[in-house]
Amino acid sequence: MMIGTNLTTPRHDDGSKRGPVRLKVHNLSLDSHEQFGIDLNLINFDVRGGEVMGIAGVAGNGQVELLEVLSGEMLCDEAEHLLLEGTPIGKLNPTERRELGIAFVPEDRLGHGSVPDMSLTDNAFLSSYGQKKLISNGLINHKKSTQYAEEIVAKFDVRTAGVTHTASSLSGGNLQKFIVGREMLQDPKLIIIAHPTWGVDAGAAAAIHQAIIDLAENGAAVLVVSQDLDELFAISNRIAVIAEGRLSVSRDIKEISIEQIGLLMGGTEGSGSQKEAQSVA
Amino acid sequence: MLLKIVKRPEPSRAMVYLTPLMALVLTVVCSMGVFTFLGVDPVEALRNFFIVPINNAYGASELLVKATPLILCAIGLSVGFRANVWNIGAEGQLTLGAIFGGGLFVYLHDVDSVFLLPGMILLGAIGGALWAGIPAFLKTRFNANEILTSLMLVYVATLLLSLLIHGPWRDPDGFNFPESRMFSESATMPLILEGTRLHFGTILAIIAVLGTWLMLAKTLVGFQIKVIGAAPKAGSYAGFSQKKIIWFTLLFGGAMAGIAGVSEVSGPVGQLLPSISPGYGFTAIIVAFLGRLHPVGIIFAGLLMALTYLGGETAQINLGLPVAVTGVFQGMVLFFLLACDVLISYRFALNRTGRVSG
Amino acid sequence: MMGIEWLAPVILTVITAATPLVFAAIGELVTEKSGVLNLGVEGMMLVGAVSAFVTATLTGNYILAVAAGALAGMFMAFLFGILTLSLMANQVATGLALTLFGVGLSALIGQDFVGTPVTALAKLNIPGLTDIPFIGPILFGQDALVYLSFVSVAAVSWFLYRTKAGLILRAVGDSHTAAHSIGYSVIGIRYLAVMFGGAMSGVGGAYLSLAYTPMWAENMTAGRGWIALALIVFATWKPGLVLIGAYMFGGITILQLHAQAAGLDLPSQTLSMLPYLATVIVLVLISKDQSRIRKHAPACIGKIFHPAA
Repeated sequence: MMIGTNLTTPRHDDGSKRGPVRLKVHNLSLDSHEQFGIDLNLINFDVRGGEVMGIAGVAGNGQVELLEVLSGEMLCDEAEHLLLEGTPIGKLNPTERRELGIAFVPEDRLGHGSVPDMSLTDNAFLSSYGQKKLISNGLINHKKSTQYAEEIVAKFDVRTAGVTHTASSLSGGNLQKFIVGREMLQDPKLIIIAHPTWGVDAGAAAAIHQAIIDLAENGAAVLVVSQDLDELFAISNRIAVIAEGRLSVSRDIKEISIEQIGLLMGGTEGSGSQKEAQSVA
Repeated sequence: MLLKIVKRPEPSRAMVYLTPLMALVLTVVCSMGVFTFLGVDPVEALRNFFIVPINNAYGASELLVKATPLILCAIGLSVGFRANVWNIGAEGQLTLGAIFGGGLFVYLHDVDSVFLLPGMILLGAIGGALWAGIPAFLKTRFNANEILTSLMLVYVATLLLSLLIHGPWRDPDGFNFPESRMFSESATMPLILEGTRLHFGTILAIIAVLGTWLMLAKTLVGFQIKVIGAAPKAGSYAGFSQKKIIWFTLLFGGAMAGIAGVSEVSGPVGQLLPSISPGYGFTAIIVAFLGRLHPVGIIFAGLLMALTYLGGETAQINLGLPVAVTGVFQGMVLFFLLACDVLISYRFALNRTGRVSG
Repeated sequence: MMGIEWLAPVILTVITAATPLVFAAIGELVTEKSGVLNLGVEGMMLVGAVSAFVTATLTGNYILAVAAGALAGMFMAFLFGILTLSLMANQVATGLALTLFGVGLSALIGQDFVGTPVTALAKLNIPGLTDIPFIGPILFGQDALVYLSFVSVAAVSWFLYRTKAGLILRAVGDSHTAAHSIGYSVIGIRYLAVMFGGAMSGVGGAYLSLAYTPMWAENMTAGRGWIALALIVFATWKPGLVLIGAYMFGGITILQLHAQAAGLDLPSQTLSMLPYLATVIVLVLISKDQSRIRKHAPACIGKIFHPAA
């Protein structure tokens, strides 16, 4: 894996630049309603402004559920389980969370992060109409939406024949860049990204990683959920591991090796991680 | 098979407009076969079906009269279909619109006021919306399939109408026929062209078409409807409420069908009868699909389906063809349309790999 | 015993009212188990009903008539298959189209036969057995199709849960991609299931026009095809429960007739609403428990399968 090798900015491991806690997740538990879903069990972590926090884990250990709770597609039992700058947000819907400055890149880009048969303009509008003020006098401002879509395409080097083409016409990597771009250009206080470079070619992956680091350098809090440990080690300041719906305590990447993370992911330290999680609580 | 079906990288926009025409051509070809089978000269039959009914001004006005309820119902249904809300009970909602609107007249029949007709239209919309609100409530609250509930309510609505005009709403001077009083002047849709039956309801239909077009193309709720229909998960990601859209589309569709109901009973029908619609609410399903769920397309499709009603009558009078041909024709159009629609998302290619598809 | 004399004819009429529902629902159940939702049951029943009626009128041969009904239903289902399976059309829209087309087509075929009566399908008559009071006519005095309806339910139940072919059919309905990768022809199996469903709907229609009310009238199914669809949800896709559900609905249909005959002081329209309202209520009660529905419903129902994808 060559990911991260051509990053241009120095590593942003200067702890002093980290700001106050943006997102605090406190004793979050959730029963999944899906037949093969994973229940979340007393999850605790926080993300500060200016840092990238990584969550590693083998797929199917509660990442989907955690992401849906964070985005508001599923609601918490108690609003206080999720705090954004101290304000409880656990009962807010996705739109309300976006209004507070949170952006999301979901795991499945085609059909979840985008509408496959809609144009890039419509897909740009999809999650940004509030932050980017794309509605004027109750009507959709198509001109501004098109401009925003074109801005994403230009700044994130999305290869497309034009913003009138559908999301499904883009290659996986280009659609990923488009969605990441759409979320990042909304200047979020907090951005939650699932598998930022899944199926993306090396060049595009580097660009996305760079964008994530730049965003953190500018003060945003970034949460990245990924299976790719090389990726997490290349961009994160801290990493925690999710296994069977439980989250370990996060470690600074300088204090932990890929091998240790791998062991946590395999669940061999599962009981330990549970103890750690509860000691934090 | 020599041909295989290959997915296009993105849906073909040309095909979206071409397939309704292809379906129409195929239907005409097929119905020529049906006419021949029924022992009628196919060219003469087609002439009677599609040209004779509208080759004079009165015929053209009748076309608009018949198209009005079809377009109103189809506009309402199309909004739901776009969101994958399958309201197929427009016929029942139309009936309830007629009951609510006509009911106002029955109780205020001696009132002569300019507000009577607007009141009837409003009540008709409310009646249709209430009837469609039942499937909406059952779907959002109990997850009951709206296809089945909205359809069952069609039968209930028809029986309800029959109950009322056999009982309390029967015309006291009507020799015991199951009919309401004839609607008075102030309860009747004003004619917009002397010497024809063309009435104000057609203008209501045009307003509905324009309004729906604006809603779908320009407003957030229209955008939400399209997103939830095309990719429900993307809709919930964007924070759009599925339940709200189910409520909205059903109430909207019900209101449109309700207005169609009032416009029929206070327009061409003129009173409440046991049967106030030759299945407009069902034919509207075909109109909605044939019109590509698009307001402008629905106008054309509505006119075409209206023509099949007129054509069926003309062909019966002139050639002795059974009226049922109309129903077969309408069903065939929808069939061929759905078949041709494969070309929007897929294309046919020669099968070189030897893999059998289909 | 006064009660029995009153009860026996009621049970007899319940059976005739339930039988068309049994046929239509058990056929559609097989279709749905293969992962296909065919909403055209009403249309297939109508075309089956008119074909059987016309054949019976012209030939007087009732075996031929029922076969014609089954074939006609199967033909309609085949059209549905071409559209949804080969041309990947939306199943909901195509099912609606099938019903609308069936209404028109049956009216066209039957236009010269409206109002002409035929003799009702002959009842079995085993001297001795049928003469037993009360249970005799009920158990041994039915027409052949009633027995066939019970045999069909048992056969479908056996086929789905006791044979390898049934297992494959359910596998196709629960995961078409998995079944495809093992090497089963998803499309071929679905064609068979859809056409079986069509044939059974056709027989259900034939029962209406040959036995229930031995005549032809436009739209004579009066929503029974849709009620059959609701029955499957009610039965959570279990053949045995389909049978029970059909008899329940048969009971409700008959209840209104007998209530009217008994001079119950309610407008006939109110009573006629009962089967439709009951369908809505039953749907609500069953659908409330979504996890139960999801557990029993074929996972791929209504989803389009494209083998190359």
